[in-house]
Amino acid sequence: MSEQPSIGPLLASKEILIVCGSGGVGKTSISAAAALGAASRVGGKVLVLTIDPARRLADALGLEGIGNVERRVPDELAKAAGIELRGELWAAMLDTKQSWDALVLRHAPDRETANRILENPLYDNITARFIQSHDYIAMERLFDLHASGVYDCIIVDTPPSRNALDFLDAPGRMADFFGGRLLRWLTLPYRATGTRGARVFSLASKPFTQIADRMLGGQFLSDIAEFFVNFQSMYDGFVTRAKEVERLLHDRRTGFAVVTTLEPAPLHEAEFFCRELAARDYALGALICNKTLPETLTSPEARIAADRLEADAERIAVALEASGIEDPQRMSRILRTLARSFDSYSLLAARERELRAELRRYAPIVIDVPQLGSDIADVAGLAEVTRTLLGDEA
Amino acid sequence: MYEHLSVLDRRLLIVTGKGGVGKTTVAAGLAELAARHGKRVLLIAVDAAGDIARCFEHDPVGFAPQEVAPGISVLTMNTEDSLREYLRLNLKVPVFGRIGPVAQAFDFIATAAPGVKEILTTGKICWEVRQSLRGEAPWDLVIVDASATGHVIAQLDAPRVLEELITVGPVREQTRWMLDLLDDPAVTAMLVVTTAEEMPVQETIQLIAEASERLDVDIAGVIVNRVLPELLTRADELTFASLQEPASLDVLIAEAGVEVGGVLTAARLAIDLRRSRATHLHELQDAIDVPMAYLPELFLRAEGRRVTRRIADALEDEL
Repeated sequence: MSEQPSIGPLLASKEILIVCGSGGVGKTSISAAAALGAASRVGGKVLVLTIDPARRLADALGLEGIGNVERRVPDELAKAAGIELRGELWAAMLDTKQSWDALVLRHAPDRETANRILENPLYDNITARFIQSHDYIAMERLFDLHASGVYDCIIVDTPPSRNALDFLDAPGRMADFFGGRLLRWLTLPYRATGTRGARVFSLASKPFTQIADRMLGGQFLSDIAEFFVNFQSMYDGFVTRAKEVERLLHDRRTGFAVVTTLEPAPLHEAEFFCRELAARDYALGALICNKTLPETLTSPEARIAADRLEADAERIAVALEASGIEDPQRMSRILRTLARSFDSYSLLAARERELRAELRRYAPIVIDVPQLGSDIADVAGLAEVTRTLLGDEA
Repeated sequence: MYEHLSVLDRRLLIVTGKGGVGKTTVAAGLAELAARHGKRVLLIAVDAAGDIARCFEHDPVGFAPQEVAPGISVLTMNTEDSLREYLRLNLKVPVFGRIGPVAQAFDFIATAAPGVKEILTTGKICWEVRQSLRGEAPWDLVIVDASATGHVIAQLDAPRVLEELITVGPVREQTRWMLDLLDDPAVTAMLVVTTAEEMPVQETIQLIAEASERLDVDIAGVIVNRVLPELLTRADELTFASLQEPASLDVLIAEAGVEVGGVLTAARLAIDLRRSRATHLHELQDAIDVPMAYLPELFLRAEGRRVTRRIADALEDEL
């Protein structure tokens, strides 16, 4: 029997596995299934950090109402699904707002500045939208959890973003932003005077401000600038942290898995992603093709069988009468329907196979996770995916 | 179903939906259909990742509209170009070459200020519509392959947000006419694309609730993409089940070969998928009060002109 590809070795050798891919490919389920795999195969404390799990998946894991604080998935749930956990499985969901508040409290020089930032009317709006705020927070949180040393393995379900790579750049971009001359230049007059009123005159001669004032109105601009003066006091904390996060992502202990479905659009993105990871010297551990159609759909013998069902439907239906199935007319109609359905799906499967072949060059491990008849609604469903990821024979 | 909506007779169609449901293909199909009816269409791609020109087997297109098929032009949104155009047209600020520092500074403000980046997107869209209504742009219909569900509301809400935040200045004056266009159901309609799967359905329900609350844009319909055909009736399914009894299976194997099992497996999967999607579809139908249209699964994992045409055919039957 040929050896099935498995992410087992990856789970055993990495402390962090970052699961990425475009929206709708099933990243969250794959992340959860991988975490279940790590907890059963490798042991230790395993954490899956997710962004927005499908409600039923969260419910299935006993995690309804789960938030920023990590919560343990009850062992019995895994056991009931036939998976014996060697270690502990934990889960947490990323709450951007809570994480930002914690970040401000940590980096602000004093409580008073922290409060001024938190109470600024622009704060919510800005942190919700700030240069890939979700991406930054996800990486920040990952760093924190890893540094805490509590978990042996952390699996990260990356946030859906316009560009699947944004989260990698987010820490660096955040540091650039705070270190930028632009920010200093813009906020200088405020810091010098320490009051709001004086600015318009000191900045009025600068062409940018003239344009911005004409577009946005002066008060608005000064509100923003004031906010950033306070925000900038956290500069050192941000820059140090961004560098640390970047180092962690490049560390040998961190691995990446790309999830895709075998459809054109997600595939384009997955290929782009694989190339970019390589270009930036990140370690792509595995490529996971989710929701693939069964191999039997491309088998030539099954094709012949389908053709026979179609061509000889009447005769076969009559033959089936002997085994107790009545109504040969209905039967022959059904047989033809089955054959035609096979045609439709085998076309998709053939196309998938072709696309999958092109993926082999990107990753050392390519794993197919079969299309299930229904959504993953319980741990048993998840366990099925886990077994596939680990390369266990069904 | 759509007789009172006649979406193709509007001037602006905003097509949104969760990533991965086929939003771009549907937007391209709508453009193809409108062009068949003799309309001159501008297709605006807001997410460059969609690469909508590919649906017409054309090379990627930038901020300057380019005709990719007879009657169909494509434009890819870019906030820097949009800002440059805005400055030139509205503030009479001449900008040559790359705007460099101004764009950088603007980026800073835009990042910080709610609605500013969005207004450049929404503003450009509305600008093209207004020009076309005035006869100064050739479009009969502007179709937007909009951002995914999470972001589209922020974009469409931007004029209102800015109006509330900015008390004086030209930006404020600029927001009123945009709202007039967006809020007029004779001009603008939003279409939400989804598939009958768990997450897309949840997001669609959320989007419609939020859009109804925050926007006055007419939500003209939900387009359910990739609907699987019903394979067997309930009665047929009982018969199908009895096919898997050992005695029947022996007959089938004798007649069609041992791999006939593969055919049955494939049928089982098709039936289960259809059933699971039907559940989500009912959930969607129960939760929202918006007209729905259905596009069949095409059983093609390809892209390009052929798929776009097939989608247009299917839309023609539904709209």
